[in-house]
Amino acid sequence: MEHLIELRDVYKIYQMGDEAVHALDGISLTIDRGEFVAIVGSSGSGKSTAMNIIGCLDVPTSGTYHLAGVDVSTMDDDQQAEIRNKMLGFIFQQYNLIPKLNVQENVELPLLYAGVGAEERHQRAIHALERVGLADKQKNLPSQLSGGQQQRVSIARALAGSPSVILADEPTGALDSRTGREVLAFLQKLNAEGDTVVLITHDNSIAVRARRIVRLQDGRIIYDGDAHDPRAVVQPVEFAGDASSEDDGFAALIGEGAADL
Amino acid sequence: MNFSQSFRLAIKSLLTSKMRALLTMLGIIIGVAAVIIITSLGNGMQNYMNRKFEQMGSNLVQAQVMNDGSSRSVDADDMYQLVDKYPQYLSGVTPYLSVQAVVRQGTDEFSHTSVYGVSETFYNAEKGATMTGSDLAAGRFLSYVDVERVQSVCVVGAYLEQEAFGGDALGKVLTISGSPFTVVGVLDTLADLTEGSSDDTIYVPYTCAERLGAGGQFSIYLFTSTSRDTASAAKGLVENRLFKTFQDTDYYFVMTSAEMMDAMDSMVNLLMAILTLIAAISLLVGGIGIMNIMLVSVTERTREIGVRKSLGAKQKDIRSQFIIEAGTTSAIGGTLGIILGIIMANVITNVIAFVLGTGNDGFVAVPTIGGIAVAFGVSVAIGILFGYLPANKAARLNPIDALRYD
Repeated sequence: MEHLIELRDVYKIYQMGDEAVHALDGISLTIDRGEFVAIVGSSGSGKSTAMNIIGCLDVPTSGTYHLAGVDVSTMDDDQQAEIRNKMLGFIFQQYNLIPKLNVQENVELPLLYAGVGAEERHQRAIHALERVGLADKQKNLPSQLSGGQQQRVSIARALAGSPSVILADEPTGALDSRTGREVLAFLQKLNAEGDTVVLITHDNSIAVRARRIVRLQDGRIIYDGDAHDPRAVVQPVEFAGDASSEDDGFAALIGEGAADL
Repeated sequence: MNFSQSFRLAIKSLLTSKMRALLTMLGIIIGVAAVIIITSLGNGMQNYMNRKFEQMGSNLVQAQVMNDGSSRSVDADDMYQLVDKYPQYLSGVTPYLSVQAVVRQGTDEFSHTSVYGVSETFYNAEKGATMTGSDLAAGRFLSYVDVERVQSVCVVGAYLEQEAFGGDALGKVLTISGSPFTVVGVLDTLADLTEGSSDDTIYVPYTCAERLGAGGQFSIYLFTSTSRDTASAAKGLVENRLFKTFQDTDYYFVMTSAEMMDAMDSMVNLLMAILTLIAAISLLVGGIGIMNIMLVSVTERTREIGVRKSLGAKQKDIRSQFIIEAGTTSAIGGTLGIILGIIMANVITNVIAFVLGTGNDGFVAVPTIGGIAVAFGVSVAIGILFGYLPANKAARLNPIDALRYD
């Protein structure tokens, strides 16, 4: 059977001055429909780069990425935008709702860019909001909602376009632990209903809520398997306790690259 | 695709920061208002002049003949013969001689008063008006007998009747260069009843005017053509007749009122074009203001752009969103400018009417539909033009960097 996500020998190399930083150093990974995968790693492990590539926000330096059988690793900006629109639903740490649009308009955005007519857009947005239990808040502005509610709106927005993959980037990072647990429970529910969920996090306690864990370190996969296997949550010794310095990014990459020399 | 949403978003952003929006639009508002005011004034001026020419009659043909520099000359009788010869084109002629003279009534001196020597044909009994558009208010106009016998009679304008005779001039006497003239007729108010205006005028028989030393450098003959359509043919006849005498086109100049109107119109148009160009500089500055604020807006909303891109917005979607926003801003600015311009044009009309005391008959600054449409179109076009650069910058943002932007 064809895999939903298939990364083959993917490298992402950033040129920082004279030195080449390998954010992803030869990753091969397949994810099938209906899976719930957590991509875990500490700061600078390359998990954000992995998410950018899986989310079609970036292209690999080398290697191929097939999404639902289509090679998306060499696409240009607008082609990627179309793939993101049709295939992917993003959930961000900071919710990233547009403050001037009301809840319903926010949820309708991906449909707007897909060229869906107003009537259908409205119905699908309401349906998505019903799934997250916020249909009654459709006319509210994001600022009138709590953090947990805002994150649920962003989940509804991710669901509205009926994507093949839901990509959640530290979805609980800005929430208190109870609301965070609710959001995770919701992702589990979505997965149980058949959606494919890819969760990116630095936090093992969150990662174990997935069914499968992919652990990254220095741009390589060091573990890929069942979330309940004890080895899945073993912190590499040299990085234990370093997880607090989120979010990774270039600064961390440079630091890591420098340490390698 | 998402025009209505972009439009509503633009309105929302403008409403959330009204002060900033107003300052952004100020350049456009001022520019558009200036263009509207200037075109209104130009239009008003043209209407005013056209009305004046209409009063005079569109079938007027004016011939200026030099008195010096040539041994040849024509006189009034030559002109009368010309009219008699071509009745299908020319319906009348009168000498129109300007007299440099001091007018006195009792102890009052009227130094700004214009004195003209004309014949009885200057007044058209059928139309009930003179060739320059004055109606007779009281008495009679000069007669053939007055001209032939060189009678010392005159017809005065409304201003003189008021000022010199306290509203009852008929039968009274005034002096022109010391010679007494009896008032036989009074003209209706033509202009604004002020000193030096066309109401401050005296008409005497041209034969008297010649004795008073009229003529000077050139004589003027006013012809009327049978209709507006025969005016240019009449002009040709007059020119031919004058050429026959002078054998040189330098000694006379013939012009129809339609030509004068056209010449005035084109002068006003040129003036307006230059002023509008100057006002347009303000529109340019307004456009730069919009570009500036759009660049700020793009930076402020980098994260929003990242989110939109992650949700599948293509470059053209982002670009059109910001262009629509810029266009909306300038369109609202343009609308406000149009309103301001129309109000100002009305104020100017009232001020001019008040200062000159002409009331509603005088100068009215009317905005033209075309002027308004062009001003609005230009302001929207400027918004789109100057919005393009920031919009393009937004469209080209890398979604990863944009999402991470704080």
